[in-house]
Amino acid sequence: MTGNRLLTVRLAGRHALLVELPDAERTGAFHAELLRRRAAGTLPVEEIVPGARTVLLDGVPRPAELARRIADWAVPARTADDGEVVEIPVRYDGPDLARVADLWQVGVDEVGARHSCATYRVAFCGFAPGFGYLTGLPAELHVPRHDTPRTRVPAGAVALAGPYSAVYPRATPGGWQLIGTMPDPTRLWDLTRDEPALLTPGTRVRFVAEGGGTA
Amino acid sequence: MTATLTVVRPGALTTVQDTGRRGHAHLGVPRSGALDAPALVLANRLLGNAPDAAALETTLTGCALRPGRTVTVVVGGAPCPVSVDGRAAAWGAPVRVPAGAVLDVGAVTAGVRSYVAVLGGIAVAPVLGSRSADLLSGLGPAPLRAGDVLPLGAAAPQPPRTDLAPWPAPPAELTLPLRLGPRADWFTAAALRTLTSATYRVSQHSNRIGLRTEGPPLERVSGGELPSEGMVLGAVQVPPDGRPVVFLHDHPTTGGYPVIGVVAEPALAAAAQAAAGTPVRFTPG
Repeated sequence: MTGNRLLTVRLAGRHALLVELPDAERTGAFHAELLRRRAAGTLPVEEIVPGARTVLLDGVPRPAELARRIADWAVPARTADDGEVVEIPVRYDGPDLARVADLWQVGVDEVGARHSCATYRVAFCGFAPGFGYLTGLPAELHVPRHDTPRTRVPAGAVALAGPYSAVYPRATPGGWQLIGTMPDPTRLWDLTRDEPALLTPGTRVRFVAEGGGTA
Repeated sequence: MTATLTVVRPGALTTVQDTGRRGHAHLGVPRSGALDAPALVLANRLLGNAPDAAALETTLTGCALRPGRTVTVVVGGAPCPVSVDGRAAAWGAPVRVPAGAVLDVGAVTAGVRSYVAVLGGIAVAPVLGSRSADLLSGLGPAPLRAGDVLPLGAAAPQPPRTDLAPWPAPPAELTLPLRLGPRADWFTAAALRTLTSATYRVSQHSNRIGLRTEGPPLERVSGGELPSEGMVLGAVQVPPDGRPVVFLHDHPTTGGYPVIGVVAEPALAAAAQAAAGTPVRFTPG
């Protein structure tokens, strides 16, 4: 294990490093730095996989040497407006809307406004192709997961759990609080595009409330 | 005279596999690919195919196939009886299967996964650069069902360079060289000693996602929760029951249980052939 004040580098087997950061914001900034260095051709690595507070570098030819170099990097902070913005239309009609309104201590009609006024960022992906964990929900709006997951959450469900917001790209079991619906969830994962995922790590996301969902 | 294979009997679980899908772990896409990668490469080499040509990976009970035109195949990996229209044929070496005849790949006599490579390769459409079936996220072709028709590719122009090859025997005992970390510090000193001194056994609940084990549980220092982090192939993840799981090719790319150590990739081919009940030892390495 090597590190400086802001990051800890751990070896993960013979060809990988797990770099641990103090928080999600600095994890995002470090991830952006890794992408810049890879694009510049100075970072030999097969996979760069961000997590909640870590970035995994897999397929690294000389991990111990890279670990020493990383400890000396100066990583610029991310600005609020870097990265592409994706807009996701939402009908706020989810089955957990009343429960979330209760937890937030607002009216049911206000949940959509609260949820859609934040700007989010894809912190990392996982669970299913096209599923992005979005940070940006204010701390006072974090909600717990269901104790017992639903056996089926429909594709397009807009959901909350802990610090994260997400949209289910396809029907799966799931334990998140469901507050709305994205009308066309096939956009989230489309293998006919060069980049199949709509929500890639680092991308900024805005939810746009659609009218008429409460009829 | 069409270049196809029709599935007569799919067996317990038969999938199309090549050397996998790389570069998409950040999107939650597992590497996938043949679990016994050296067996896939050797079977292809015996045919003169490209080493990464797609083949079929069976599980315990084999499969049966009928080609639309005369084809040459190699059945390797886990040893099993091979027959063509009921007549015994070679395992581990090229076999000619006439158009319309039934190639039967029998139940394994040892190991878990046999590979059926066909001259020209299985030519299903690639997804993100690979023809592999990924059973975690459902990318690539679904597991085979009776009546499925698989397209075959064109044979490579050059003849194979080898016709005899050493196939390693499936392990009677599995030794997995492991380097501690990245989360070994989540475990007690006693757990770290147990990991490299106890004998575990391969659980019958193992699959393409992970080799599950049975044996003494590994105790954590504290009961905190690990924020989701990236996981490598060969990671030994320890879920709350304390029994180590060795991540194989369809493993999730991020996970929330601590990884006590990582098994070197070359050892995973033997892990893919370790039947339920096989003793497992983790050794420093």
